[in-house]
Amino acid sequence: MALENADIENIAVLARLQVPATETSDYANSISSILALVDQMQQVDTEGVEPLSNPHDATQRLRPDEVTCDNQRDAFMAIAPATEEGLYLVPKVID
Amino acid sequence: MAWEIVIGLEIHVQLATKSKLFSGAKVAFGAEPNTQTTLVDLGMPGALPVFNEQALRMAVTFGTAIDADIGKHSVFARKNYFYPDSPKGYQTSQMDHPIVGIGHLDIQLEDGSTKRIGVTRAHLEEDAGKSLHDDFDGMTGIDLNRSSTPLLEIVSEPDMRSAKEAVAYMRKMHAIVTTIGISDGNMAEGSMRCDANVSVRPKGQEKLGTRAELKNINSFRFIERAINVEVERQIDILEDGGTIAQETRLYDADKNETRPMRSKEEANDYRYFPCPDLLPINIDEAYIDAIRNALPELPDQRSARFVSQLSLSEYDAGVLSASRALADYFEAVVAVCNDAKLGANWVTGELAKFLNQNNMEINAAPVSAEQLGQLISRIKDDTINTKGAKTVFEALWDQTGTVDGIIADKGLKQVSDMGAIEAMVDDVIAASPKQVQQYLDAEVEKRGKMLGFFMGQVMKASKGAANPGQVNGLLKNKLDALC
Repeated sequence: MALENADIENIAVLARLQVPATETSDYANSISSILALVDQMQQVDTEGVEPLSNPHDATQRLRPDEVTCDNQRDAFMAIAPATEEGLYLVPKVID
Repeated sequence: MAWEIVIGLEIHVQLATKSKLFSGAKVAFGAEPNTQTTLVDLGMPGALPVFNEQALRMAVTFGTAIDADIGKHSVFARKNYFYPDSPKGYQTSQMDHPIVGIGHLDIQLEDGSTKRIGVTRAHLEEDAGKSLHDDFDGMTGIDLNRSSTPLLEIVSEPDMRSAKEAVAYMRKMHAIVTTIGISDGNMAEGSMRCDANVSVRPKGQEKLGTRAELKNINSFRFIERAINVEVERQIDILEDGGTIAQETRLYDADKNETRPMRSKEEANDYRYFPCPDLLPINIDEAYIDAIRNALPELPDQRSARFVSQLSLSEYDAGVLSASRALADYFEAVVAVCNDAKLGANWVTGELAKFLNQNNMEINAAPVSAEQLGQLISRIKDDTINTKGAKTVFEALWDQTGTVDGIIADKGLKQVSDMGAIEAMVDDVIAASPKQVQQYLDAEVEKRGKMLGFFMGQVMKASKGAANPGQVNGLLKNKLDALC
């Protein structure tokens, strides 16, 4: 599967990455070659093999439903760039 | 052309855990902003999630309640998007291996028949924080208290064919989640909200029409209105020869219209992948069986028992079993007064009326089930009549005393003393010669209705305290004796 420049631009928007126009083709080529490798791997017969969702041979540890953390707002807010009335402030989101 | 409406619902249920899905922060509605967060909820680098066992248990409980396949091996996935109220840059959700698989739910239609609605899946995911767009010097305020609150997203098949069916499905879902105790079901606080996928197609056509997704509907009334107004919009477009755009729309309750959401939702490419911070969850048959065996009586079962054991009508049984709190209240009333029919009448009548008028949930009712039970007992033992009972109920609602105390204070004790009632009946007959003559002149079968005047006079004379049954009997005997 070969990617076009437009695909790269779209992926960049989704990932909030700024990709200079001069580099778009380079990214398209290199990501396409990664996908070519994936295509090659997909030739392997995986009939009857369960997909692996995690490489560790372990299952999720569970936590009892208990409140274990107190309010630490002041400490967290101390490292935030802007706060007001207990809220974190971010550049205006237009809705 | 005749159109067929096709509706599928995605319901988000907030699970009633004490702590969050992936952290030990408290989950409570209405707290001071950002006081219920941890490093995990803030998306701090290196902070790792640990899964709440109670959320898993609740999801499995729900699955067993709708007779669904339970995923013995389920996996969390990342749904990637950027928005300031989601500091991690993704929502932890489930994609390929949800905890709850295919199940179903039966709804009762208006004609009394039952329809089975398919449930495609239900998966666990975390809620996002909240953005406050008030003006903070041109900035947006973020409250992350809700971040990582556990949600169960329940996805239905496109099996509903009218807004009313969608409401019935939502109500049944509400009854189930509150009965099994996995959510408080409080829609006003957002504990239960739904997205509706709505499309129309010419009747008889197999292929589904293009759908619009209506987002974040948070009341039963709005579901019905939002769907109806959207259906109208789509039919208008199609009948004018247009086409429906697949898009996400918002319902505006004030204007009663739907409108497209802003373009932020345009790029619906969430690039799901398995969450590397969370290992797969494996559960075994024994875990599921233990939960299945501990299921409480479900709304349909309770409704059936109300009919078979308490001889309630199907309708009353359905209304009373629609929420666990209501059904519990009703049963507590009956335990005291020992009369299911009267209990049902009062709970679905006077009590429901007062709750509606005051926009109150059953849990907040100022009249306890025990008090209502006592009140009904006083009707049954002829201490008060129904009219007096309504006065007592009102006083109980205002919390001005006990049942017997209010009856005594307000002089509502019914006069059942035959001698006293007889004297009043005689007085009324003596004072109303004209009406007596009309009664005597009337045809026998019309006399029953004419008793009403005399009844009214006697009840008035007794200040409403006479036992209506006794008055009626006495009046009839005495008047008929004059013939």
